[in-house]
Amino acid sequence: MSLAERTHLHAKPPASAALTPDASAWSIAQNPAPWAVAVILLIMPLLANGFFLIEIFGTTLILGTVALSLMFLAGYGGMVSLMQLTIAGFAGYMVAVLGVSGSAKISLGWPWWLATPMALALATGFGTLGGALAVRTEGIYTIMITLAIGAAFYYFTNQNWAIFNGHTGLNTIATPQFWGVDWRADIPFYYVTLGVAALCYFAVVYVSRAPFGLALQGVRDNPRRMAALGFHVNAHRIAAYALASLIAGLGGVLQVWNYRQISPGSVAVERCIDILIIAVVGGITRPVGAFIGAFIFVILRTFALDVLVQLGLDGNRFRLLIGLGFLAVVFWSSDGVVGLWEHWRRRSAPSSYRGGAHHG
Amino acid sequence: MASVAPRLSAIGSGAALELRGVTRMFGALAALTDITITVRPGERRAVLGSNGAGKTTLFNCVTGDFLPTSGTIRFFGEDITRFPPYERIRRGLRRTYQISALFPGLTVQDNVYLACRGVSRGRFSLLRPGANDALMHAAETLIQAVYLTPARDQRVSELAHGQQRQLEIALALAGAPRFILFDEPAAGLSPTERRELIEILTSLPSHIGYIIIEHDMDVALRVVESVTMMHNGRVFKEGLPEEIQSDPEVQELYLGGGHE
Repeated sequence: MSLAERTHLHAKPPASAALTPDASAWSIAQNPAPWAVAVILLIMPLLANGFFLIEIFGTTLILGTVALSLMFLAGYGGMVSLMQLTIAGFAGYMVAVLGVSGSAKISLGWPWWLATPMALALATGFGTLGGALAVRTEGIYTIMITLAIGAAFYYFTNQNWAIFNGHTGLNTIATPQFWGVDWRADIPFYYVTLGVAALCYFAVVYVSRAPFGLALQGVRDNPRRMAALGFHVNAHRIAAYALASLIAGLGGVLQVWNYRQISPGSVAVERCIDILIIAVVGGITRPVGAFIGAFIFVILRTFALDVLVQLGLDGNRFRLLIGLGFLAVVFWSSDGVVGLWEHWRRRSAPSSYRGGAHHG
Repeated sequence: MASVAPRLSAIGSGAALELRGVTRMFGALAALTDITITVRPGERRAVLGSNGAGKTTLFNCVTGDFLPTSGTIRFFGEDITRFPPYERIRRGLRRTYQISALFPGLTVQDNVYLACRGVSRGRFSLLRPGANDALMHAAETLIQAVYLTPARDQRVSELAHGQQRQLEIALALAGAPRFILFDEPAAGLSPTERRELIEILTSLPSHIGYIIIEHDMDVALRVVESVTMMHNGRVFKEGLPEEIQSDPEVQELYLGGGHE
């Protein structure tokens, strides 16, 4: 923080202090990058065809939303949960089970407007219960418990035929159609994912400065002191899991609408770990990191195969690339790609640097 | 600075803090043995003793960081022995830490705001506070009271040691404290900061009592009206500051022993 900036902050009237958003951080002149990204995202259907629109950008927004739920827990709450994709998958399964799918003897055939909120509510309940177990532990044990929940759910979906249809999963899942629009058609679906992702992103940014989010960061920094300030620390952590579960659940609903099918492979343990990699590579301390990480992940997953094959290597080695990238990022920047970007900006424009200082 | 009116009904009826036979074992080691202390509402007391005398363990038992192995703790008549820490804090108990226990990733303003929020409603609120939020004003007043206004928007990790100690005190003054435990508030402070600390302590409203652990006699004996000497986890002596200072046994044990 430069001296000039401090003076600027002190000149502000007391009531508009740190808790209110800094207006200048949102001005185009001060910080053009977010505005450019927003405009590009909004006009994306003019720039990209169906493949890029959904396979690259739609998938990025969906995975980014699930990773955002992990970022909220880990970045603000200090809780690394490996079950965020499991919660998303649970929501996806519930959409298929409660709504309409090819497996008529399992699906209840509810309309989407009933099945979707119910699926989100059930996923939130599921994640909150898992969180209530996980908050009894700290650090590595939280990771272990949430990983165990993820693994257990994967094996359960494999073996349960009554609800989850075993390893076959559920196929040809119906997607919403109303107002004469097929919302799974490429362009409408892109805007649905963009809308949901933006909603979740701004909700996380907003809540991080609300009493609940601030208290969560307090819990992350010093749980014992939080208790000595009158906070019920574990209740706060469980509530954070509830909110993160809702976000993950939204990602899961989009995911199942995107592929129109869900099977145990969608909730496998390696998928859960993908979410962790996405969040860490992007930068786990900032909400935007989840989406940057997801973009890098999707690009590598989609194109590394072709590049590797052209180089005469096995296309399946794209995970090796992601792994090396992961190592490089955690080695050089604990704040992920966002951290590198901010580091670079700070060096190139030290006196006008403003972004990111609001979140811990 | 108080956003919640103190529960006047409880003040003046018996002791503010009453420990009866409090013992705390760590394995076979007795950190506290049969501690019985009574502090009146509004009373200000120093707890003295060498390192390892059990002073901080005593604080941890009172705030609920550890439960006592045996004995009872009453706060304004209510048995709080088994209460979780946050329930005790919500009843008006506060403490500071010997080693600053702050939120380094947050600003001074956010730290104090959290302290104000912790003892009022809306801890889970998802709505950002508005410009006229009462707790924002309460936080502002507290920051001013501990001379931290110039550092209000700085992250705690950027603060100097003395400023962190002042913030430590601000967190303990949030809401409507009825009784505060200060754990070596003067540790590492400059002479000027010590004077400011004495100023803060002596200007607290008279209904707020406290116990202060302090090695610096100049600070400790200037801001208290009674003293408890601890030694090896037991209460060794109780009395007025002058009595303790002139007590030959105390002098031999603590003051005269080349300490300070």
